[in-house]
Amino acid sequence: MREVAVIGVGMTKFGELWDSSFRDIGLKAGMLAIEDAGLSGDEIDGMFIGNMASGRFIDQHHIGALIADYSGMASNHVPATRVEAGGASGGMAFRQGVMAVASGMHDMVIVGGAEKMTDVDDPSSNAIIDSTADQQWESSMGATMASLHAMIAKRCIHEGMATREEIAAVSVNSHANAVDNPNAQFRRATKIESVIRSSAVAEPLGMFDCAPISDGAAAVVLCPLEDAKKHTDKPVKVAAVSQASDTLALFQRNSILSFAATRVAAERAYARAGISAKDVSVAEVHDNYTISGILAAQDLGLFKKGEAGKAFLEGVTLTGGKMPINTSGGLKAQGHPIGATGVAQIVELTHQMRGTADKRQIAKPRYGLAQNVGGTGSAVTVSILEAI
Amino acid sequence: MASVAREWREIPGRYNTVGTKCGACGKIYFPARSLCPKCRRASVGKMERYDISEEGEVYTFSVVHDAPDANMRMKPYAVGMVKTTDGVLLTGQIVDIDPHRIEIGMPVRTVLRKIYEDGESGVIHYGFKFVPKW
Amino acid sequence: MVKVGIVSYGAYVPRYRITPEEIGKVWGVDGKGMGRGLYILEKSVPHPDEDVATIATEAARNMLARTSVPADRIGALYVGSESHPYAVKPTATIVATAIGASPRMTAADLEFACKAGTAGIQVSMGLVGSGMAEYAVAIGADTSQGAPGDALEYSASAGGAAYLIGKKDLIAVINKTVSYTTDTPDFWRREGQPYPTHAGRFTGEPAYFRHINAAAKMMMEDVGTQPSDYQYAVFHQPNGKFPTRVAAGLGFTEEQVQTGLLTPRIGNTYSGAVPIGLAAVLDVAKPDDRIFVVAYGSGAGSDAFDITVTDGILEYDRDAAPTVSKLIEDPVYLDYASYAKFKGKIVMQE
Ligand SMILES: [Zn+2]
Repeated sequence: MREVAVIGVGMTKFGELWDSSFRDIGLKAGMLAIEDAGLSGDEIDGMFIGNMASGRFIDQHHIGALIADYSGMASNHVPATRVEAGGASGGMAFRQGVMAVASGMHDMVIVGGAEKMTDVDDPSSNAIIDSTADQQWESSMGATMASLHAMIAKRCIHEGMATREEIAAVSVNSHANAVDNPNAQFRRATKIESVIRSSAVAEPLGMFDCAPISDGAAAVVLCPLEDAKKHTDKPVKVAAVSQASDTLALFQRNSILSFAATRVAAERAYARAGISAKDVSVAEVHDNYTISGILAAQDLGLFKKGEAGKAFLEGVTLTGGKMPINTSGGLKAQGHPIGATGVAQIVELTHQMRGTADKRQIAKPRYGLAQNVGGTGSAVTVSILEAI
Repeated sequence: MASVAREWREIPGRYNTVGTKCGACGKIYFPARSLCPKCRRASVGKMERYDISEEGEVYTFSVVHDAPDANMRMKPYAVGMVKTTDGVLLTGQIVDIDPHRIEIGMPVRTVLRKIYEDGESGVIHYGFKFVPKW
Repeated sequence: MVKVGIVSYGAYVPRYRITPEEIGKVWGVDGKGMGRGLYILEKSVPHPDEDVATIATEAARNMLARTSVPADRIGALYVGSESHPYAVKPTATIVATAIGASPRMTAADLEFACKAGTAGIQVSMGLVGSGMAEYAVAIGADTSQGAPGDALEYSASAGGAAYLIGKKDLIAVINKTVSYTTDTPDFWRREGQPYPTHAGRFTGEPAYFRHINAAAKMMMEDVGTQPSDYQYAVFHQPNGKFPTRVAAGLGFTEEQVQTGLLTPRIGNTYSGAVPIGLAAVLDVAKPDDRIFVVAYGSGAGSDAFDITVTDGILEYDRDAAPTVSKLIEDPVYLDYASYAKFKGKIVMQE
């Protein structure tokens, strides 16, 4: 296997992009990444696109062909593959891209992630999100995605794993970090009380505990590490990409206070990268709901069980803190165009690893970790980037 | 119109929480599975019908305000995970109680209710929900 | 003829209530006075996720909980109602499947305004008595509708009861049943109409009273009894007033009627009314108690039953399911807005 490097990244602004179509945002992110990598585009020999539900959001299946066509890659007949894994679609597309280069099957791959969510009304988009849970035995029974996470939160509070304030602090952390991210959907700070008092979505979670509905796209360019310096002065090494599965339905787990798939994917990634959790300088975690951020920080081993909440509450996870989490603003504040999310995490970590994160730049970056989740922890990818 | 057949074939689980028990290791599953994820090949042909207990207690729950259209007239409604006396977790709505009076550990039983209707002219889908025990 | 009777029974009433006063407030009517006049203190309201199929299922499950008769020995199941969820597609198959009686059986829905439940008991008696079925289930259940502002809105409610009819291990023998049937359009609902229509005062003398009186007198003549031979009497109860009046006219006392008179507290459950009333009587009945039952269904007809409680009631596990008084002891009261939302009376955007 070959080592793989990220040599270019790009993303659109995340948010309500009323003037832009799915094609527009997909193309824009790809162009930015290719430009960032200093390529003409003809070098690309493979494409992977993370997208969750274009079939329902814009009534368009066959996204691979669409993106290949509009990005000009179809004229070179570049193979384009769409990857779907609920909320983990982007992370999984990234993993497919890395595997394609590592295996020697491809030499220059672009991984994109895109979702256009605002072309349907809110109830429809919620229904689409809910379909990443077990449609037959959760969603149809009245369990929304928010309520499944709320049930986790309720039980966590009941068992003393986190307080309501600590859970709310995940949102406060993401919002504070997003202030310095020009691509973020919400560039404003919030307070614990505002999160707790936000209108109820699924108690105990409120509106400010939930990631927004967003449009957006992100892309990264991958090539063998040995070739990376030919294209850029600042390649970033992909130290690990791992993935783990769990039951589709949350109620079939042994425990709902932790996502086993995150734990396993993290173990595998740390082993592959030859590091441990304490070597992680910065992490982008899947805070689609605030409680997910608590679980992620613990399951990744960044904090001990029962201690993540306190860390968020005390600001340890802020961009300037000891263990920065979601310097981009995370899903909560940067936005959550589902298929783009996992790729956007790589974009942010690449900036951090190569020192181009501007006002969000952390000190002495060495390893950056991204955790991307599908459903209620049914599929998780953990990727580790290394500054070189 | 949503699929009639897709719902129809799930009626045993929907109406009566019929699951399966692995003849090899004894683990109970809901919904029914044709393969035990633990025993895999050793469980082939040994998955037996198992009627999950109609009683249990609330393991966790949430009061849903941002509700799908199907539940508009019941907002806010409670959805919970219930641990049955067989030790199986089920997800379903908890009804006939003020959602804010539900507590973790509260004893409940299953009842048959409408789960959703396929519009004004489509099929009505029934399934289990939970109510406080008598 | 072989003895046929009741092997088990079960009832169900939704938890929600609204008072006539609350309804009257909306329509500018003295609801409280109206309730007093009709002798209806409150009426049951189904939760939005309840309908005749779910109510009938609850009642039938309560019925099965009290007996060791396995569901797969039920050879027939009938659900009588004027508010079946479907115009075409049986409620009975849903109930039969939910209680585990399907598939070696026959099932059908019945409709005869408020007496479809007792019609089901008669059909079941025929099937069991003839040996065509070992056990048969008859259920009367309704989620009846009253048009907003109409007099019926103060009474139309929801509930039901289920009866397991058989020949063995009877808790009560049905000694005889007779019916009195004429073509009298006092109340109806045309195909596709959401609310029933009634003929006002015409629903009284020529309809309710004439049919019940005729069936009751026929029964007592046929079996040679008089009102004092019965411990209990259950009459159809569209409100609390009619049954009291018809009972008095026939010579029954208030005590005989009281136990089986549920309408004042739950409203008119239509097809469920007499079955629930009888269930309340069976909840407290002792061996050899004799029960006089007359149902009435608009359109019109009356079914009368002469029932004797057996020693079987002593062994019978009544406590395995809630009694009628337990079912109605802890209601939740709704305001009119919530009631209108529950009953789908508010036009919502598609
Ligand atoms: Zn097994």
